[in-house]
Amino acid sequence: MAHLAKTIRKRMFGGDSAWAYAFIAVALVVFALFTAYPVINAFMISFQDYKPLGSTYIGIDNYINSLNDALFWKSVKNTIVYTVLTVPVSLLLSFAIAILILPLRKWMQTMFKAVYYLPAVASGVALSVVWLWIFDPLQSGIMNQLVGFFGGSNQNWLGTSATSMFSLVFMAWLSSHGTSIIIYLAALLGIDNSYYEAAELDGASFMQKIRFIVLPFLKPTTLFLLVTGIIGSFQVFQNAYLMTGGGPDNATTMVGLLIFNNAFKYFEFGEASAQALVLTLIIAVISFVQFKFLGNDVEY
Amino acid sequence: MALFKQHATHKSLLFMRNGIIVFVLLAFALATLFPIYFMVISSFGDPVEAGAASYTLWPSKFTLASYRFFFDYSEYSYRWLGNSLIVAACVTVSNVIFASLAGYAFSKIRFKGRNVLFAMLLCAMMIPYQVTQVPLYILIVNIFQMENTYTALIVPSLVTVYNIFLSKQFISSIPTEIIESAKVEGCSQLHIYFRIILPLSKTVMAVMAILTFMESWNTFFWPFLVTNTMDMQTIQVGLKSFRFANTTYFAPMMAGATISAVPMFILFFSLQKYFLEGVTVGAVKG
Repeated sequence: MAHLAKTIRKRMFGGDSAWAYAFIAVALVVFALFTAYPVINAFMISFQDYKPLGSTYIGIDNYINSLNDALFWKSVKNTIVYTVLTVPVSLLLSFAIAILILPLRKWMQTMFKAVYYLPAVASGVALSVVWLWIFDPLQSGIMNQLVGFFGGSNQNWLGTSATSMFSLVFMAWLSSHGTSIIIYLAALLGIDNSYYEAAELDGASFMQKIRFIVLPFLKPTTLFLLVTGIIGSFQVFQNAYLMTGGGPDNATTMVGLLIFNNAFKYFEFGEASAQALVLTLIIAVISFVQFKFLGNDVEY
Repeated sequence: MALFKQHATHKSLLFMRNGIIVFVLLAFALATLFPIYFMVISSFGDPVEAGAASYTLWPSKFTLASYRFFFDYSEYSYRWLGNSLIVAACVTVSNVIFASLAGYAFSKIRFKGRNVLFAMLLCAMMIPYQVTQVPLYILIVNIFQMENTYTALIVPSLVTVYNIFLSKQFISSIPTEIIESAKVEGCSQLHIYFRIILPLSKTVMAVMAILTFMESWNTFFWPFLVTNTMDMQTIQVGLKSFRFANTTYFAPMMAGATISAVPMFILFFSLQKYFLEGVTVGAVKG
């Protein structure tokens, strides 16, 4: 029977290739034109001194220049610092909040999910305008008022290298966990109650349940959030661009911003492409390492 | 029985525990919502220069003057909103149609090269956008010479790989038997798509539409690159130039920020279920 069904299926769907190609035609054209072609083109441009009228092939000079450029390494360092300060904290916070939301009634769960997700709905530009004023260097700026309340002194938050990176990190802490909370909560609700029951019969405490049931179950979710979080963080551009412009003294120049500046401020298309490809390599290596070390017993 | 004990021996203890939890969550929610609160509340202040403004958490009087100021200051304020609406609406409609068509083909029709093509799409999702931004800019601006047109704003995101992936995952879960019996009854592929697939995948299409609209409405980078006159800018780009043109007017800036966010807030509160559902698609299995 199964065999018969298979042949029937094959016969019936076999003749539909033309339809299938018609259905994916637009998607393929858009993909070929606006993703595949640009990727290939980026490779070619990265080996050129690109000029709108006639480029010259210069081999791997763009790569060598980038790797010898102190600013490139500084931007990599800034990106790593930003990532290390934001991604793990955001994961921990989201996890703790998801755990706390769990015992509440359904309508309260929905309400808190909505409340925490709301900042993700507002645009980055609008929020950056607001945060600029929260970090206003005047005495009357909200952040300065808050710090003053606890006895701290007035700071030029975005204007000095000592505090500018922290300001961006602080902004990320308070506005970028809505998605992970909802994803964690969905994963938590997916854990079958029988595991907790069995654990309780064995006299497990709350912390033991977290340690031996929740954490192993949430490992794939955590890995997913960690990988996507780091990938996202390495591409960060908008906040640095809108809030500090990379300054002061390049203290907040991230790789994404450096590539943007090289491309659209100095029109060094070749160098920007080379740096973007180096960035791809870094991201690929990081993702690979994470899967290798954290994902060996994760099933999908 | 669950992670938390729901049947505590002392009712008052349970009550207290939940009380503390709600308190902690509310405190954190206040911190999260503060920037949004600050934005909305300050937009009702007088449109005076920042030096004279006091940053209060509760203004002494409410006035809409800053909103009028925002619309009067630039003759393009309405145009920016209109541009954003046009672009976001076009991108959303075309994504829903073409991504679901492609998703149906990839999940339910066998054809040569299906797996290879789909694997290619998946690989593309992992490439950072920094790689494609320069060639894409050269393509649109230098080769096609479409700078400063709606086409340039819309075309690169006509259908995104993420949406194809989303609809493929969803349509895979529709039983193949339904499609087979429709074929036996003499239904053409186009009929199957319109009569069976579309009605059955309304949920995923709603999720797709909402996430795509939000993404498109909020996007800053691409419109910023390919527009060079005020009349073609979207609200996000306009907001930025507004900020730089006139950094000292605090309340009107907040009014502008509020205006750019309000359509999304309204959508969010009316379609909250789909927003929150959409977040978990592709991240959590089952």
